[in-house]
Amino acid sequence: MGQDQAITGSDPRLTAGEAALARRELRRHKLIALLLVVPLLLFLLFAFVAPIATMLYRGFNNPAVAQLIPGTLQRLVPWDGTGIPDRAVLTRMALDLRRLAKIRRSGKLAEELNRHLPGASSVVKSTARKLRRKSETELEQKGADLLLAANSLWSKPAIWQAVKKAGQVYTDTYYLTAMDLERTFAGDIQTRQSGQIYVKLYTKTLRMALIITLMCLLLGYPLAYFLANAPPKTANMLMIFVLLPFWTSLLVRTTAWIALLQTNGVINSFLTAASIVTDPLEMLYTEFSTVVAMTHILLPFMILPLYSVMKGIDPSYMRAAMSMGARPLSAFVSVYLPNTMPGLSAGALLVFIISVGYYITPALVGGTKGQMISNIIAFHMQQSNNWGLAAALGTLLLVLILTLYWLYDRFVGAANIKLG
Amino acid sequence: MKMTRLVTGVVLGSMLAAGAVAEELTVVSFGGAYGAAQKKHMLDPYTAKTGNKLLFEDYSGGIAEIKAQVEAGNIQWDVVDIEVIDLERACSEGLLEEIPTSILAPGDDGTPAEQDFIPEALANECGVGNIVWTIVYAYNEKTIGATRPTTIGDFFDTAKIPGKRAMRKRPQVNLEWALIADGVAPDKVYEVLATEAGQKRAFAKLDTIKKDIVWFDSWSQVPQLLNDGGAILGQSANGRIFNAIKEDGKPFKMVWDAHIYDLDVWSVVKGTRKMDLAFDFIRFATGTKPLSGMPDVAYGPTRKSSMALVDPKVVPDLPTSHLKEGIKANGIFWADYGESLGEKFNEWLLQ
Repeated sequence: MGQDQAITGSDPRLTAGEAALARRELRRHKLIALLLVVPLLLFLLFAFVAPIATMLYRGFNNPAVAQLIPGTLQRLVPWDGTGIPDRAVLTRMALDLRRLAKIRRSGKLAEELNRHLPGASSVVKSTARKLRRKSETELEQKGADLLLAANSLWSKPAIWQAVKKAGQVYTDTYYLTAMDLERTFAGDIQTRQSGQIYVKLYTKTLRMALIITLMCLLLGYPLAYFLANAPPKTANMLMIFVLLPFWTSLLVRTTAWIALLQTNGVINSFLTAASIVTDPLEMLYTEFSTVVAMTHILLPFMILPLYSVMKGIDPSYMRAAMSMGARPLSAFVSVYLPNTMPGLSAGALLVFIISVGYYITPALVGGTKGQMISNIIAFHMQQSNNWGLAAALGTLLLVLILTLYWLYDRFVGAANIKLG
Repeated sequence: MKMTRLVTGVVLGSMLAAGAVAEELTVVSFGGAYGAAQKKHMLDPYTAKTGNKLLFEDYSGGIAEIKAQVEAGNIQWDVVDIEVIDLERACSEGLLEEIPTSILAPGDDGTPAEQDFIPEALANECGVGNIVWTIVYAYNEKTIGATRPTTIGDFFDTAKIPGKRAMRKRPQVNLEWALIADGVAPDKVYEVLATEAGQKRAFAKLDTIKKDIVWFDSWSQVPQLLNDGGAILGQSANGRIFNAIKEDGKPFKMVWDAHIYDLDVWSVVKGTRKMDLAFDFIRFATGTKPLSGMPDVAYGPTRKSSMALVDPKVVPDLPTSHLKEGIKANGIFWADYGESLGEKFNEWLLQ
């Protein structure tokens, strides 16, 4: 920067022509530099920025119902949310359901409505099935009656409120659901009546990530210290033991934990054979197994930055502190520990952030109890096809991590981080 | 969107131009012993006869993966073996192609296809019946202890039979069993399950054994769980247990009380670009000879002409010999309630 100014600024030793030449030369360099990073920028745009932007958008955008039953929604606009909508709406709905059943799209409508009113899915589908057999003219004449006769839910305001809510193209429903909230028809926000699971899951995820980080720290700090102070030959040897699992496939390491922890696995067989326990311990498919396996998998992320920082600490610091009368413990706390802070911060942040979004290990060894938020996001992506909710949950997770990072920067300082 | 398609098109086009174009069809089924029987009697003979390559993949049932492919417009599977309990739902949601009965081959004895198939096999326009199978529960004689289970009530009675129960991680069959174990008459199960009170009752019954349940996704896990003691009782497709007893000599026993029988059908995923090839495969696979190989794993063939070729020794093990003890899975019920009960089930799991 300083050099740039020296060239582009009016250096008194340069003539105007020379300065112009220098500026041109600088522009050329900048252009070449830009061209060199263009592939990277494009990659980031397509692989990082665009997906995240799409995710943010999907959490708000919900066009499915508006596309499926535009006629009904249009006629439903004046309805105030009490009683049954007038017959024109009912008739239109009956016709829409018949049309959707014919083109096999009633399932989509059912799925969308069910998100606003649990149980609505079966009502929509069974009604569509019944109306499919009627003729269009018959429905035009007495569609309203047939609809009401098909299921008693059609005479309740709840389902029409759900229709109206689901019909909004832009909605905050997914974000509210992701926080266990819902909006009443009047517009007030309240806790979700049909079950609260997501806040609990976020808390659990954070708690587990914190435990894993602490475990990694407890195991990794002494080991990194030992590695940094051992003779080079021993240190290199031990470093390979740290790196070897790091290079091994994640699936292999996770599966190994299954073999170790399962009901009749290695650990239980040993414990029962040694008569330490009589009944095998239940270790696999619990929160415990998730924490153990993830601590093992993420340990190198803690050790490596710690090691590189500890390697650079001059041993004479500690000697100096002790020669001036500090006890080993206080010398460690006031001299060594602060010096390792950059590595410690980097390691802890890496482990914490990776574990908050971890997916494979909890999915394999966590059972139903050790699931984390990412497993639920995957569930909504792959199983329930509720991409809007998955997007909202993902966005909240991103916001959560950014907030934590901000807090960290605020109180510890991100400039302090040293990765190696 | 257009741009992406264009790029994909160009890339695919150049790939096709580069390599030879072989007719290749992706066929998806349940793997394990059943998959092996299908490979032996349907896929391998088809490849030998026509030279068309088949990619045979496994899945664990349900419609989620098919749905994700259809909704994303990214069809990777062509032909799928699907349970009738899911068929109606998949068909009414537009995830499957209609299969005209005119593509089906007549029986080897000359009977026209419509008369040769049992009526249930062609009841839905989106599928052609493949096997009659059933869901029972089984135990290992070595690990069971003194009291043997005989009824579906015993499955839910942890005082009588302590230990883990392996169950498939989905509401289908589990909710039916919970109600029957709670005293609902088998022929009233779906009627009760359609009511709010009935659903609460089923989940309350499942609650009583919730901490003793080991959930599995794939049928092939059950023989493993029973064998290594991961579970004392295991819900299973009858063929898997039959195969473990017959082929591997495992000391397993099946309990037929309240078994829920169903058909498996071949279906074609909506929007596949290989429809003709898919139909050609289904025509072959549902022929008399290939179907007559299914009793290898104790599944009943859906053609009368195939039944004539079945070894009489296997007949007592076929689900069709136990219809009185069981109930028929109700595909229409699950088409209507699959979504909402699925959601409730998942929330219940997380509670």
